[in-house]
Amino acid sequence: MNKIVSKEYLSDRVVKFEVEAPLIAKSRKAGHFVIVRVGKKGERIPYTIADADLKKGTITLVIQNVGKSSQKVCALNAGDYITDMVGPLGKATHIEHFGTVVCAAGGVGIAPMLPIIRAMKAAGNRVVSVLAARTKELIILENQVKEHSDEVIVMTDDGSYGEKGLITAGVEKVILREKVDLCVTIGPAIMMKFVSILTKKYDLPTVASLNTIMVDGTGMCGACRVTVGGQTRFVCVDGPEFDAHQVDFDEMLMRLKAYDK
Amino acid sequence: MSEYLKEERAQEWRETLRKSVKTKERVSIPRGKMPEVDPVVRSRSYDEVNLGLTVELAVNESHRCLDCVDPTCISGCPVEINIPKFIKNIERGEFLEAAKTLKETSALPAVCGRVCPQERQCESQCFYRLKLKKEPVAIGHLERFAADYERLSGNISIPETAPSNGIKIAVVGSGPAGLAFAGDMVKLGYDVTVFEALHELGGVLRYGIPEFRLPNDIVDIEIDGLRKMGVQFETNCIVGKTISQEDLKADGFKAIFVGSGAGLPNFMNIPGENLIGVMSCNEYLTRVNLMQAADPESDTPVYKGKRVAVVGGGNTAMDAVRTARRLGAERAMIIYRRSEEEMPARVEEIKHAKEEGIEFYTLHNPLRYEGDERGRVQKMLLQRMELGTPDQSGRRRPVPIEGDTAWLEVDEVIVSVGVSPNPLIPQTFDGLEVTTWGTIVVNSDTMQTADEMIFAGGDIVRGGATVILAMGDGRKAAKAMDQHLSDRMIERFDDESTHQHISKSTD
Repeated sequence: MNKIVSKEYLSDRVVKFEVEAPLIAKSRKAGHFVIVRVGKKGERIPYTIADADLKKGTITLVIQNVGKSSQKVCALNAGDYITDMVGPLGKATHIEHFGTVVCAAGGVGIAPMLPIIRAMKAAGNRVVSVLAARTKELIILENQVKEHSDEVIVMTDDGSYGEKGLITAGVEKVILREKVDLCVTIGPAIMMKFVSILTKKYDLPTVASLNTIMVDGTGMCGACRVTVGGQTRFVCVDGPEFDAHQVDFDEMLMRLKAYDK
Repeated sequence: MSEYLKEERAQEWRETLRKSVKTKERVSIPRGKMPEVDPVVRSRSYDEVNLGLTVELAVNESHRCLDCVDPTCISGCPVEINIPKFIKNIERGEFLEAAKTLKETSALPAVCGRVCPQERQCESQCFYRLKLKKEPVAIGHLERFAADYERLSGNISIPETAPSNGIKIAVVGSGPAGLAFAGDMVKLGYDVTVFEALHELGGVLRYGIPEFRLPNDIVDIEIDGLRKMGVQFETNCIVGKTISQEDLKADGFKAIFVGSGAGLPNFMNIPGENLIGVMSCNEYLTRVNLMQAADPESDTPVYKGKRVAVVGGGNTAMDAVRTARRLGAERAMIIYRRSEEEMPARVEEIKHAKEEGIEFYTLHNPLRYEGDERGRVQKMLLQRMELGTPDQSGRRRPVPIEGDTAWLEVDEVIVSVGVSPNPLIPQTFDGLEVTTWGTIVVNSDTMQTADEMIFAGGDIVRGGATVILAMGDGRKAAKAMDQHLSDRMIERFDDESTHQHISKSTD
């Protein structure tokens, strides 16, 4: 049982929770995720850890209120308990001094990108963050991203904030004007697919953080398997981050619909 | 035979009982049959298939046991249950005493009575089998009877434990190896904490073995017994992730037992294996058993295919195919590349599967899968096989019959072709020796690893075996670890007294 310390709406449908989990807070690194279950009949759902506070012994989760299980989590309030939480899971992001890093995050993917932006900056990189969403109010955590980025480019589909256009336009703008050494992308699978197609055109090494269907999250079931470079890999233990240019996004998109009616 | 067994056998009640019925009469009793739920009924229900022996059946069966001078059956039991003693207790009507006897050496008697391959262990070493060439005493059924009788009586005995010695021991994984180890160590007075990665305890007993073969309630009660003996359990805690080897040391744990199992499913790496509807047996069984996906109230979904193929011939494959049947499969099929004779599954499981209408495609091996436009599996291409010369395992090698292939229509495929050891502990612990297969190297007499304070057992050492072999490892490790820690304590005591002596002489 993990107590929810605070709850904040970042937008209508995006909720930020701080949850008591001292052991996870201590051992987690950028890129790690947890598995959460709410209620005795609840599903096990992976969420990337957005932040941690060692002093308070808490971790931060940012959850989009879509789907039955996420709705269950989002219905909880400060003072309530999450039935089960386990982690940190997956491999941490590979952080080093690459040079210039473009962090391309879409929608709720901005939250798990934040610790990566912070770690990349701390490692001495020039960090250009490209944040994208359908509309203005879905651009979350912009101030925190700004704090740790050398530059922030905001893209909205409807042009209600920042520049009008897709995330790929923002990323391409940076590639065309300066030398970029690495791109990291987190967001909906379809978005990451197009970021990957773009950066491949420019031979820009790109890492994508995949969010697939999981059950145990520890390598036991293989529900999360993806094809990377022609090989089957498990997102939960071999990932969640992979060389985006090697990921078979079409297969991943198909598998994400496995339990759609 | 050990002195203990001799003394027990020489007790007056055993003598009297032996004399009460003539051997000739005992051997003339036919082996009793386990009552089962009708196959048609059970293949639509999740209730247990075996009903258990009635008191009458159990007492009758117990009369068959000859209480041999040399009880060879015990040598066939990985946890060395005093088999004649518990059976003779059943014969004299002391069913609770029989259960106590089981608990002297087995942490999970109700589990073992259900899932042990007794026909390959105790029962294969029974006098009836070895010398009389008759059906052995139904030791497994009697074990289950005694454990169930105790549970249903409400008089559940808690084995005695030695006074606490305050020494903290960590156990990684709450499967059969870890539970058996924890049970023995807590009896010896150690302060034992079991760390489990999942949200429920029991390891493979929980996520793997289905309800119709091992009800979750049974697992709960056995774990509750261990808890009452003083074992502490931490769920949702992954050693090597949530807490490290160093954290355990810093928390004062003196030694560690690793029973992290072989949880990684193998795939065949053939085309189409990532289509929707193709999954590992672990995924399928975890959804149904651990997450209770068949319950309409459960949030976890599961595929309920109408034409389900399960690839493999082990117990897990039988569990998966029989589960599929219960979830409504019209055709539930086993696809196995060798013949039925080579199947690793228990005879009883194969028999039960057949009774429930499972189809057996033996000497067939999948080559690839094809799906529809949405990526859902539709059919599989099978290669027909024949048996060639024996391979390293002693079983005849399956060889493809050139050009003999056939398509089979399926809407769900469950791949059950073995598991690999969980890599987490080998990857994150210092000082362990690991084989190329990912198993941890141990001294097979003591289960001690290359690090003298770390012991290991079960599938993380064996790579994929049975519940009872894992439990045997746990017991062996407990005995050896206790010995090792005692030796260390004596050494340290000697060191300290030498040290005191020296400091005194320099005063």
